[in-house]
Amino acid sequence: MPAADTFPRLLIEHAHQRGDRPAIREKDLGIWQTYSWKQSLDEVRSLACGLHTLGLGRGDTLAIVGDNRPRLYWAMDAAQALGAIPVPLYQDAVAEEMAFVLTNADVRFAIVEDQEQVDKLLEVKSRCPRLELIIYDDPRGLGHYDRAQLRAYEDVQAAGRDLERTRPEFFEGEVAQAQPGDVAIMLYTSGTTGTPKGVMLTHDNLIVTGRGGIQRERLTADEEVLAYLPMAWVGDNLFSYCQGHVAGFCVSCPESPDTVLTDMREIGPTYFFAPPRVLENLLTTVSIRMEDASRFKRWLYARCMELARRWGPSILDGKPVPVGARLGYALADGLILGPLRNVLGFSRIRVAYTAGEAIGPDLFQFYRSLGVNLKQLYGSTETSVFVCIQPNGQVKPESVGTPATDVEVRISDQGEVQVRSPGVFHGYFKADAATHESMTPDGFFRTGDAGFFDEDGHLRIIDRAKDVGRLQDGTLFAPKYLENKLKFFPFIKEAVAFGDRRPFAAAFVCIDLAAVGNWAERRNLPYTGYIDLAGQQPVHDLVRSCVEQANAALAADPRLRGSQIHRFLVLHKELDADDGELTRTRKVRRGFIAEKYAALVEALYSGQPAVRVETQVRFEDGRTGLVRAELPILEALTVDDEDERRAA
Amino acid sequence: MQGRVPGAVLLQVRGVSLSFGGVHALRDVDFHIHEREICAIIGPNGAGKSSLLNVINGVYSPDKGTISYGGETRRSMRPHRAAQQGIARTFQNIALFKGMSVLDNVMAGRALKMQRGVLWQALYWGPAEREELEHRARVEKIIDFLQIEHVRRTPVGRLPYGLQKRVELARALAAEPKLLLLDEPMAGMNIEEKQDMCRFILDANDELGVAVGLIEHDMAVVMDIADRVVVLDYGRKIADGAPAEVRVNPEVIAAYLGVPTEADDRALREAS
Repeated sequence: MPAADTFPRLLIEHAHQRGDRPAIREKDLGIWQTYSWKQSLDEVRSLACGLHTLGLGRGDTLAIVGDNRPRLYWAMDAAQALGAIPVPLYQDAVAEEMAFVLTNADVRFAIVEDQEQVDKLLEVKSRCPRLELIIYDDPRGLGHYDRAQLRAYEDVQAAGRDLERTRPEFFEGEVAQAQPGDVAIMLYTSGTTGTPKGVMLTHDNLIVTGRGGIQRERLTADEEVLAYLPMAWVGDNLFSYCQGHVAGFCVSCPESPDTVLTDMREIGPTYFFAPPRVLENLLTTVSIRMEDASRFKRWLYARCMELARRWGPSILDGKPVPVGARLGYALADGLILGPLRNVLGFSRIRVAYTAGEAIGPDLFQFYRSLGVNLKQLYGSTETSVFVCIQPNGQVKPESVGTPATDVEVRISDQGEVQVRSPGVFHGYFKADAATHESMTPDGFFRTGDAGFFDEDGHLRIIDRAKDVGRLQDGTLFAPKYLENKLKFFPFIKEAVAFGDRRPFAAAFVCIDLAAVGNWAERRNLPYTGYIDLAGQQPVHDLVRSCVEQANAALAADPRLRGSQIHRFLVLHKELDADDGELTRTRKVRRGFIAEKYAALVEALYSGQPAVRVETQVRFEDGRTGLVRAELPILEALTVDDEDERRAA
Repeated sequence: MQGRVPGAVLLQVRGVSLSFGGVHALRDVDFHIHEREICAIIGPNGAGKSSLLNVINGVYSPDKGTISYGGETRRSMRPHRAAQQGIARTFQNIALFKGMSVLDNVMAGRALKMQRGVLWQALYWGPAEREELEHRARVEKIIDFLQIEHVRRTPVGRLPYGLQKRVELARALAAEPKLLLLDEPMAGMNIEEKQDMCRFILDANDELGVAVGLIEHDMAVVMDIADRVVVLDYGRKIADGAPAEVRVNPEVIAAYLGVPTEADDRALREAS
């Protein structure tokens, strides 16, 4: 592994050491086009020189907007070579959101993929006074645009090649000036709390962290990676750009966001990252196609998956497994599991990560039972992704693993996870107060997440620290942890947990209309709609059994057994973003709900058998209406110490 | 799009009449399209819009009148001759090969351009292979152009309606036409699909230099993308001019558009 300490130096080193090996690939017109490290360096050099002639200098920012494309990755290299800071933006952001980042980051130049992005930038240009020039990759549809504010990518490179001819030493000279402690990239956090903030990461932050991950997973220059997640997201930057530069493996860009599945199969990645959402969609696709299969195939699939669920994870973890089970698994692998991995493009995966949000244990175990080494990862933009990783052979679905290389993790007295590592960021851009607030005096980053280490030293994240409360008897109460436990049941769509400064934990539950509706149909249970179904006795029993299963799981954990759910009710309406009960990204707005349904919350704790409710709802066509219902307060069994003593 | 300078006349239809028994589909219609122009044909149901397209690409031969195209004036076109000379079209009710993949359907659009015979192509060797690859490369450009990469290998019958319409446009473009006739390309689409389709038609016109003859009922679309609008009613041409002129023509309002409301006026102002 090369010892170069900035991204442009890594690029140059690879171009010398493995110049003809593939660096980046892109599917264009149906054919994979491969660019070697040497070609990449040439492209980057001429682009960097071109950007210099336009006036991009040290400390300037360069916005990058578009799908994953080699030319946009080269733009990152080029900016870094000049000591400028690339700022990738989410390509599906609306113009408004872009205006904020462009202004906040003092962007003068932007490199964008196509007309769609050019239009968005032109729309907000009047409000971003420093934005001078938009450089585009794909000229399609731009024929009639005002040339004064636009430049073609090729034209910038052509100007760069002129400069190269007159000053051949220019590029290397610029690269030599960069220091590993310089800011390499600025990534804007999604901003669930307040306005987005620009997280500045240095070459050192990323390279040291990326190298640690490479060593831990023994990644080589022969890995295959598909870059399909937004370039503005730290994960893509680290897994595709950073680790590609450090290890020297080839990164492939899909033809379009819609073709990722096909492209996955063609590339066959060996190192893969997917947020739970993507994995869930893949599983749904598989399930739907299996429903359409013939009866024999469905039977075979069910049998093989049963076997895989039972033994797959243990075999993957290298635990002792009876010979018979091994033979059975091998047969299932030949008949179903192997072909299924192949269809999904997972045949060659050695390491796969998931992160971003809690992943349901069933979903997680599905992939592990297939024999895919899927592991959870914990981290954030501010920590250059890697904080904790599940180690090979010790994957526990409910934890996020042990600290990554060179990472110190501690739990503060308030239960907050704090991190000190080479990857901890340089600061928020133009927000010193926020930077200061996010760090402890001894240099630990406050993640804002609440968690604890279990008996094996694995970190478990339970909630956002500010949401964690205490029951009246002082027991830890982590609402999101309880809600996730409930939501992992397919019958439960949303849950809202209450308990802070209360005698016990209680919850609102919303059923999943599709899943429960299907369940009801199979039982010949007639219903007219959501309200009717949610009010039926058998459905209440169904939900109760889910809650009790969740309680049993909570009881297994000494820290959380006190927060088992004693009472719950099944809400008469689905939580809806239009009614302000969810955010647009479908996160529960707990405070708002507690206020809106204060009477229901009181009923949960007052001990009354039922509660009347009248709610205004907003229909999709904008009309509002009143929904009335009488909701019974339901009790759930909890597992307590006496039970166990009695059982013993 | 309005106010562009039109090129030379590409197609000229003079005094065309067409009847089926006692029904006069077209009566003495004059019609022309300039190079690189987008010309919309509007009118009530049964006004003769599709008949006019069918006369132009030779599906029907007119009872009377002449068609001038590609330096020749003749009484009627023959469909394969029209196709060879660069007239491509799509149909009101999609006419694709449902069981074939998108790729094969678009390749079919290049059949007329293939030099080698069936036997050569079956052998897929030497010159035939080279030719096939060359055609495939052009087809891939069109697939890229219309953004249908993700369904390249999908049988057309499995695609939603809006995408099938796009595939039909792709097949028409594969023939590298000079004149593209589109029969209600946006019927039955939602707003987003319509916007996409408008974009594709404008891009095809702009970048490939194709003249477009377009039948469309959605007036917002017509006002937005057409350089010129021709109005038919009971087989007669009752108006021919810039969209804004046609929109206020009393005869057109009476026959087709109806009395404009305030909302229409607002929409019109915004469109222009």
